[in-house]
Amino acid sequence: MTINAVEMKNISKSFGSVKANDSIDFSVKKGEIHCLLGENGAGKSTLVKILFGLYNKDQGQIKINNKPVKINNPAGAIKEKMGMIHQHFMLVDRFSIIENIIAGQEPTRTWGTSIDKKKAAVKVKEISQNFGFDLDPEALIENLSVGEQQRVEIMKALYREAEILILDEPTAVLTPQETEELFEIMESLKEDNKTIIFITHKLNETMEIADRITILRDGKKIGTVNKNDTTPQKLANMMVGREVLLDLEKSSKNPGKEIFSIKNLSYKNPVSGLELNEINISFKKGEIVGLAGVEGNGQLELEEIIAGLKAPDSGEILFNSQKITKVSTRERRNMGLAHIPSDRNKYGLVGNFSLAKNILLGSEWNPEFKNKFMIDFDYLNNYTDQILKEYDVRFSGKNSRASELSGGNQQKLIIGRELSRGAEFVLAAQPTRGVDIGAIEFIHRQLLKIREEDKAVFLISAELDELMSLSDRILVIYEGNIVARGKVEDFDQEELGLLMAGHSREER
Amino acid sequence: MNVLGTIFSINTLAAAIRLVVPIALAAVGGAFSERSGVINIGLEGMILTGAFAGAVGSYYSGSAFFGVLAALAAGAILGLLFSFFTIDLEADHVVAGVGINILSLGFTTWLMQVIWGQKGASPQVAGLPEIKIPILADLPLLGDLLASNSPIVYLMFIIVISSWYLLFKTPLGLRIRFTGEHPEAADTLGINIRFIKYFSVTLSGVLAALGGSYLSLGHLNWFSSNMSAGRGYMALAANIFGQWNPLGGFAASMLFAFTDAVQMRLQGMNLNIASEFIQMLPYVLTVLILAGAVIRSRPPAALGSHYKSNK
Ligand SMILES: Nc1ncnc2c1ncn2[C@@H]1O[C@H](COP(=O)(O)OP(=O)(O)O)[C@@H](O)[C@H]1O
Ligand SMILES: [Mg+2]
Repeated sequence: MTINAVEMKNISKSFGSVKANDSIDFSVKKGEIHCLLGENGAGKSTLVKILFGLYNKDQGQIKINNKPVKINNPAGAIKEKMGMIHQHFMLVDRFSIIENIIAGQEPTRTWGTSIDKKKAAVKVKEISQNFGFDLDPEALIENLSVGEQQRVEIMKALYREAEILILDEPTAVLTPQETEELFEIMESLKEDNKTIIFITHKLNETMEIADRITILRDGKKIGTVNKNDTTPQKLANMMVGREVLLDLEKSSKNPGKEIFSIKNLSYKNPVSGLELNEINISFKKGEIVGLAGVEGNGQLELEEIIAGLKAPDSGEILFNSQKITKVSTRERRNMGLAHIPSDRNKYGLVGNFSLAKNILLGSEWNPEFKNKFMIDFDYLNNYTDQILKEYDVRFSGKNSRASELSGGNQQKLIIGRELSRGAEFVLAAQPTRGVDIGAIEFIHRQLLKIREEDKAVFLISAELDELMSLSDRILVIYEGNIVARGKVEDFDQEELGLLMAGHSREER
Repeated sequence: MNVLGTIFSINTLAAAIRLVVPIALAAVGGAFSERSGVINIGLEGMILTGAFAGAVGSYYSGSAFFGVLAALAAGAILGLLFSFFTIDLEADHVVAGVGINILSLGFTTWLMQVIWGQKGASPQVAGLPEIKIPILADLPLLGDLLASNSPIVYLMFIIVISSWYLLFKTPLGLRIRFTGEHPEAADTLGINIRFIKYFSVTLSGVLAALGGSYLSLGHLNWFSSNMSAGRGYMALAANIFGQWNPLGGFAASMLFAFTDAVQMRLQGMNLNIASEFIQMLPYVLTVLILAGAVIRSRPPAALGSHYKSNK
């Protein structure tokens, strides 16, 4: 008989009227890497939080190593030798690595009254070296990179002698390189005979690392499959519940004349100190230009400058050969700029406004929506209905507020508003961040449609798949400099990943 | 007369040490509470209740020692009450704290009527005798200052130092600080955050009340209406200025107490300044320090928030 490290039977959990988990059976064999796959909101986190004692289940049983257990809190889960690496890091920024690791299980001296820092350091060093983590135990969390912070999280679990490791969307915050390194760590943990539950909504990661895969959708379990018996296409269909077109069809076409351009643009962010250096980009009609880069390398600054939210220190911006460097955001939008902002809650929507008012945002002055001096609400409502339908925005009630929509639907609302204005140049920043595969597919098709209509798109994204499948040309930004540029065919994923991490082309 | 000489004399320092006791003890209490993530505006009411309970306990038992015990118990009860509201009922910390203050003021004023039949002040009660510690008398300079004091003064020094040790050297202290920074993380490490918060907030009530009992049993030997007179708020400021560290909180409290002592001596000197202005000094200093310190300081990250495990 094989040992099931984890066996969850008939698990249900509701939050109000939302059934986050609906009679889910889930079992994980000892020593395997088991991937829990599902779209945002499918119930993955809820399931493992129940397992780890963070949520109370409404019903169901849990067995660990074939033995029935009751887990009421994380302390109980830790006792069963489980460790969890959370989607949002559970680290105290201003504490040292040691303090973060030992809290709750501190080695002590002088009859337990004080923490034995030496003993703690020795143990932490030992774990760190076992897995080749090169970390100074005294370093403060706030001085570590995201990848290093994640290693601290893993060390926290190992310090507590975890045999079953749960990783909730660990790659969401990592660069492609860091993801590769994490996978190596996971492989070596597996060699150590640890059991790993790995949560993700990314198909390629699943195919790379998993032994078996369990798919959840809308709180229900759809099935468990062996990696070797499945394909990304099958997984995508199970996740979304319908046929998904993973491969986009992009027509080959020649770009037209230049419509938008950035010349010698420089800017220094007074807060972070990040500098954009002499950026030059030209955008042509019927072309998608992709900007690849790890977040925080100047994309946000560039986005805000193009949108007119920030003024550059030097350089100029041309739209239809007209200088718009000093032109206001509103004027730029009137000229035909559409902006899908990277921070949709800050710049894209007013959460407390109705859907119709969010559609109106940015067009308040447009005579089309006015009836003498007042807003023409009848017209606006009709217009809104049309957009909601055309862009497949799903909402619960007519009077829904924007904040009540799921991330994917919020994004479709914004895209609907921006693309329906007949723009000539679309600035799309992280357009599919935090969005489900189904919605991603839709958004991608919209962007390609824009390209078909001979408009220009500037796609800023951290998703390499997205950049590779949509862009005609790709630029790579690193620390405020464009470090590489070329046709999409000139790059492969791995190379892009390295360029984004600051390796130069010659180095390879 | 030499104004500066009078101000910076050993007598002023001695007065400051007497004045610092309630502020410093409450500031240390505030450090515990806030390090665990609970804003404690209620320190003011806790001091007042401690002063009152001390006087009542001493009045009925005839022993100041029992008065202090009564104060500690009252502080613990108030701390538990405040814990229940802020931790279990998830009340807004500031609102609940103001509630504690209003409750304490009203309750003590009313009970004073009931017990002593008067509004202003209680009758004389047995106070704590000063104790002498001869070894300290041999210390240079500070010998005179430290040799003979109320036991609560010595207790304060011990509490300040051991609280620092508790917060920064022991497992319990690490857990308290962890809870105040990131309760969810503490929870996932198996730390019992509800216990940690209850412990810290209750301890802050006990310490503030001990400070209060010094007002009615060590400093003066009676209770008077609203005897705390804003010391709880000063303690809160001292705690922030002292970066949520008992040692820093004590130092900041000393600064307030010293200003207060100077203010009193200035009043005694018949200078040509309206006494109201001189009396304002410690409060003006509180405002200035808070305005300055709040900008620079970095409070526990989860201060003022609510977190419950196991939803
Ligand atoms: N603490 C919570 N309170 C209310 N609703 C929640 C809570 N946690 C999750 N949900 C809801 O449960 C559903 C599943 O969420 P989750 O398990 O986080 O999904 P996933 O991790 O697969 O993205 C979602 O609809 C989400 O809004
Ligand atoms: Mg999740």
